[in-house]
Amino acid sequence: MLIIGIGNPDRGDDAAGILVARRLRERGIEAIEHACAMLNLLDLWATGDRVILADAVVYKAAAGSIQVWDPWKEPLQRITFRASTHEFNLADTIELARTLGRLPKWMRIYGIEGRDFEAGTGPCEEVASAADRVAEEIAGRFSARS
Amino acid sequence: MSRVEGEASLAIRLKGDQIRDVRLKIFEPPRLFEALLSGRHFSELPDITARICGICPVAYQMTSVHAIERALDTTVDPSVRLLRRLLYAGEWLESHALHVYLLHMPDFLGYPDAIDMARAHRTEVENALRIKKIGNAIMSLLGGREIHPVSVTVGGFYKVPSKAELEVLIEDLKWGLDQAIANMRRIGQFEFPDFEEDYEFVALSHPDEYPFNEGRLISSKGLDIDVREYERHFSERQVKHSNALHSQIRDRGSYLVGALARVNLNFSKLPEVAKQAAEDAGLRIPCRNPFKSIIARGAEMIFALHEALRIISVYEPPASPSVPVPARAGSGCAITEAPRGSLYNRYSFDENGLLQSALIVPPTSQNQKRIEEDLWTFLPPLSSLPTNELARRCEQLVRSYDPCISCATHFLRVNVERE
Repeated sequence: MLIIGIGNPDRGDDAAGILVARRLRERGIEAIEHACAMLNLLDLWATGDRVILADAVVYKAAAGSIQVWDPWKEPLQRITFRASTHEFNLADTIELARTLGRLPKWMRIYGIEGRDFEAGTGPCEEVASAADRVAEEIAGRFSARS
Repeated sequence: MSRVEGEASLAIRLKGDQIRDVRLKIFEPPRLFEALLSGRHFSELPDITARICGICPVAYQMTSVHAIERALDTTVDPSVRLLRRLLYAGEWLESHALHVYLLHMPDFLGYPDAIDMARAHRTEVENALRIKKIGNAIMSLLGGREIHPVSVTVGGFYKVPSKAELEVLIEDLKWGLDQAIANMRRIGQFEFPDFEEDYEFVALSHPDEYPFNEGRLISSKGLDIDVREYERHFSERQVKHSNALHSQIRDRGSYLVGALARVNLNFSKLPEVAKQAAEDAGLRIPCRNPFKSIIARGAEMIFALHEALRIISVYEPPASPSVPVPARAGSGCAITEAPRGSLYNRYSFDENGLLQSALIVPPTSQNQKRIEEDLWTFLPPLSSLPTNELARRCEQLVRSYDPCISCATHFLRVNVERE
């Protein structure tokens, strides 16, 4: 299982995915931090058939709300990942990977709703707490498999 | 606005076929980076400024490190200078490959985006991703990671590669060079909108090399200055409708920075292979058509690949990765050529090497006024088009600038006087 936390740790709630990766590593579970450059994910996840991603999202829900997507069941709405600083955001990258036949066979995407993405600030309490819950759920999934 | 870095919108007000207003609006909150740097030790600045942009972190880091080294009167080893040029070449490759092949090319081939384009042109998209990956590989090798490099320090690098470590890149660079030249033949077949403006091009110029990190700042209308004179000749102005400041040449107005400006001002410094490919694709100097910036970026990709191969062939590791840099009071500034154009940094330090003041002028804020002026000319003949089509054409024009909106917003202190 390849676990990738996406985001910018210096940009408010955009740190959500990075926090998930850090919490997992604190539990002894390997997880990669990926800051920006979404297209690089195509090479990163080429090493695994089963991939979990965690990222901040803007879905007009309450800060800290958690959603889980299976990209094989539904295409991701591009607006969802507008928090990414790159226009080639996670949803675009997943759709490009699908077109090129480079989408991992199994994937789950955990989206944590962010509220504030200002540079030089940390995540809000709700997002930090949501990152803990996501890490816990992924860790549970991980231990169930091992 | 899609396929533009950051968040922006364009507001156009028409009355009949008359344009009443054109405003490029930048929504991102002020980025406060200059305030974030205040009081920091000079050694911290290169890693912090690298985080201003996820697409051009090397440009921010390089400009920062050069400005600090000038403030602290530091000269680096010639091999370190070469490695920094190589790092910059990696960033140009990564940034230009993304823009040329995945963001800009769909406009000319009639696709809404790269995802749709990939369905019909899978091999081209895979090749584009591979060229981009070569840039990533250079950044990883020299910068310590693919993005937000951490190996650059004031006075040099924390660690430098051996010649053998660099030579690993050669085969991929040669493949990329062949591919970039072949892609230019394809670009030369595109139909470009018939649109030209009388731009004042601004870019660095160096007597011996195509500019990355060093040179005088020149323009197509006679400007030729040392970078220390930048603030005497250029000013920034706050506009109500945008968080990004508008730059202008004092007493003259808007100007254009970026690949098209660099190629126009430095064409003779490009390697023959890049000149030939650009000419074969239809570029004639002066080229004042912003849509042809895709040819300029294509030529710069060829240059970056060619320059990377040249640097690797002559590189010998320095005796020491860096020179010591003691703290002292001083001020310094630098301009380097980010993929999107000239990037200016100016710092002042106290005797402990702590930052007292900073100014960062990113390329997109320099082009923002020029983009709006282009639209005032570009729009009238199109005003009768259906709204969706009009919007699409305007997006294409703005996209041809490759604006990086999220770097273009930074802090401006505003004083309000009340009577």
